[in-house]
Amino acid sequence: MYILIVGCGKAGSYLANSLSKKGEEVVVIDKKESAFNNLTSEFTGFTLLGDATEFEILEEAKIEQADVVVATTTNDNVNSMIAQIAKEIFGISKVLARVFAPRREEIYRQMEIDTVCPTTLSVMEFERAIFDS
Amino acid sequence: MKVIIIGGGKVVYFLAKTFFSKGYEVSIINLDRDYCEILAKKLKANIICGDGSDPRILEDAGALQADLVVALTPNDQDNLFICQLAELKFDVPKTFALVNNPTNEWIFQKLGVTKVISTTSIVSSLIEQKVAVDDITNLLPVEEGRVTISEVVINNDSPVVGKRLKEVQLPKESILGSIIRKEEVVIPSGDTELLVGDKVIAITMPENQGQVFNVLLGSENGG
Repeated sequence: MYILIVGCGKAGSYLANSLSKKGEEVVVIDKKESAFNNLTSEFTGFTLLGDATEFEILEEAKIEQADVVVATTTNDNVNSMIAQIAKEIFGISKVLARVFAPRREEIYRQMEIDTVCPTTLSVMEFERAIFDS
Repeated sequence: MKVIIIGGGKVVYFLAKTFFSKGYEVSIINLDRDYCEILAKKLKANIICGDGSDPRILEDAGALQADLVVALTPNDQDNLFICQLAELKFDVPKTFALVNNPTNEWIFQKLGVTKVISTTSIVSSLIEQKVAVDDITNLLPVEEGRVTISEVVINNDSPVVGKRLKEVQLPKESILGSIIRKEEVVIPSGDTELLVGDKVIAITMPENQGQVFNVLLGSENGG
């Protein structure tokens, strides 16, 4: 599988390392060169330096060939825009976006973008830990 | 008419003032507290300090009752999301998004934001067509810029001076609506002659606006 990851922060790089270790083809985009320091020796994919809200960068990453696109930047609106471009313009069937503000999740659903919300997930985990103990 | 403007800088300030003079009710959203305080002193607008792409902030600004949302931030992704939020969540009938990167113009349109303003495209097309901007005023976009109305002053160097309108080769999909000659308003016919000092009101499609200016003023005119 070719998986395109946008954002090489803590989450993006973790995912990239993990998927790469599993033998998937991974390309990671970040606009900061230093972000790629988060990648470990397990990572065998490619890195691309640039702003993924620029269409040309997505083209350079051969987004049209991607099986999965994951937008993991720390900016909800950037993730939303990239996810929409991947889905609506390039017709990528599996697109995931990270969204921090739970209030925005509803709109993402209306736009039919699958989301992962770290805030909601943490709260659920906290609650589970509290009530299970 | 209730308008919400998201963004900052002089454009937002003067736009808000213009809307005021038309009697509109204006709300402005900006993240910067200092900017908000300055605006609050200068304008009688409803100023909200916060992130315009946060549904709660947009609601505070009166998005549920708004007729128009104009997203003018320097970040295209924010403008896109704000307009989508306004349309999907708050049913705002009209939204405008500024795009800073001209490539995003067609992308936004493809993503359903139909009213896209690209200042880069507008300015660069004017420069490309070597248009003498000095002689052109009141560039007024109608219907989200699908038609533009502009006033062109015919000067001494204009290649059309002394010509009748029927001899002037205007591009298709453009007409000269009226001529203001000193105090008089002339509704032109094919036999109307163009004179120096005439203010010509041209109605054009945005694509051939530059061409119309070239015909009326000459392509090298001050360009």
